[in-house]
Amino acid sequence: MLTKRIIPCLDIKNGRTVKGVNFEDLRDAGDPVELAEIYAKSGADELVFLDISATEEKRKTLANLVRRVAEKVNIPFTVGGGISSVEDVDILLKNGADKVSVNSSAVKNPDLVNELAAKFGSQCITVAIDAKEINGEWMVHLVGGKVPTDLNLFQWAKEVEERGAGEILFTSMNNDGTKAGFANKALAVLSSELNIPVIASGGAGNMQHFCDTFIEGKADAALAASVFHFKEIEIKDLKEELRRNGVEVRL
Amino acid sequence: MNIVIIDYGAGNIQSIKFAIKRLGYDAILSSNAEEIRLADKVIFPGVGEASSAMKMLKSTGLDKVIPTLKQPVLGICLGMQLMCTYCEEGDTDGLGIFHANVVKFDNKLKVPQIGWNRIYDLKSELFTGISEQEFVYLVHSFYVKECEETIASTEYGVEYTSAIQKDNFYGVQFHPEKSSDAGEKILENFLKAT
Repeated sequence: MLTKRIIPCLDIKNGRTVKGVNFEDLRDAGDPVELAEIYAKSGADELVFLDISATEEKRKTLANLVRRVAEKVNIPFTVGGGISSVEDVDILLKNGADKVSVNSSAVKNPDLVNELAAKFGSQCITVAIDAKEINGEWMVHLVGGKVPTDLNLFQWAKEVEERGAGEILFTSMNNDGTKAGFANKALAVLSSELNIPVIASGGAGNMQHFCDTFIEGKADAALAASVFHFKEIEIKDLKEELRRNGVEVRL
Repeated sequence: MNIVIIDYGAGNIQSIKFAIKRLGYDAILSSNAEEIRLADKVIFPGVGEASSAMKMLKSTGLDKVIPTLKQPVLGICLGMQLMCTYCEEGDTDGLGIFHANVVKFDNKLKVPQIGWNRIYDLKSELFTGISEQEFVYLVHSFYVKECEETIASTEYGVEYTSAIQKDNFYGVQFHPEKSSDAGEKILENFLKAT
């Protein structure tokens, strides 16, 4: 049986991790490669690197980082953040990324999803969607949730699936940073309406939240950052707890 | 050891090269028939779409080279599927090494299957030191039906072939290069095969 995935997310700026991390065994707390290796050993199923730098050197720095991660890490990883062309994706995949995620660029140019799926295959194209519930309707937002669009979450997700996305990474802006749990109602709708896997993101605060998002939210994977970076939750403990609750995981 | 990864423009082969490097060996990428024939071990990777990958193999003549190889050959993911008789994806004949067809998962399932699933009924030296029900990483929408050459099975709505072997030819549906320590062990077992 296919297991549910636990995915730590690392924010990257100029080739270094941002947001503090609390790992006493890290020699260099800002080195994404070292952190990635630790997560791989501790039972993470996948990793996501989200590049938030905006310098001209960005593309080269990111490609170098991807290469260094691919050299060391023996689990799959996705790279996202500012990817806007076939060429961007080509560079990242050639350097060893397994998947890429596109967000704003897909909203601005939906045909990009078709182009990427046709050239590289759906299996390596994740579409990330940030959405906020406003007056009972889930609306897609851009630039980390700052800029609203008139796209409905469920319609947009269905559209990108039809255009060839292999997976959806849904971040609820209402839940992100709250540590009060994932947006399970919206996730359950998304998961039942789509025929591709859905990754839940935004709101992880404790182990019960992960159980809930897999059971109530019907998520295929759950992504979180700070609860892992600050060691509030150990991945091994989390997986044991999930298994006790009847959720199939890799242990 | 002279390890060649067949380079025919199919996807992420860097990861396989790095995984082999972690095991202490170097692999070269090549599309040259002579270089491939002279290798001790050949790895046939692949991600993407079956019919366009077959077209690339035909345009380079590699479709004639691969089935005649005598050394251990390991097809990974789409590589394994292309070594079969027929692929439903793009309605294309494969290389005909393995006597099985490749068909799409039921559309009641989420497709592609992405993530970690178990392998069982292990029947090859490829799995020396690997436990029944070990987890491996898979990403695919089409699967190889079970057949006499199946050496490992996986369940995703249906029981299907996650590894296959005929003589010196091996195929794995999962990505050993991304399947943590177990994957590296399987890759190492292949590199030790004779």
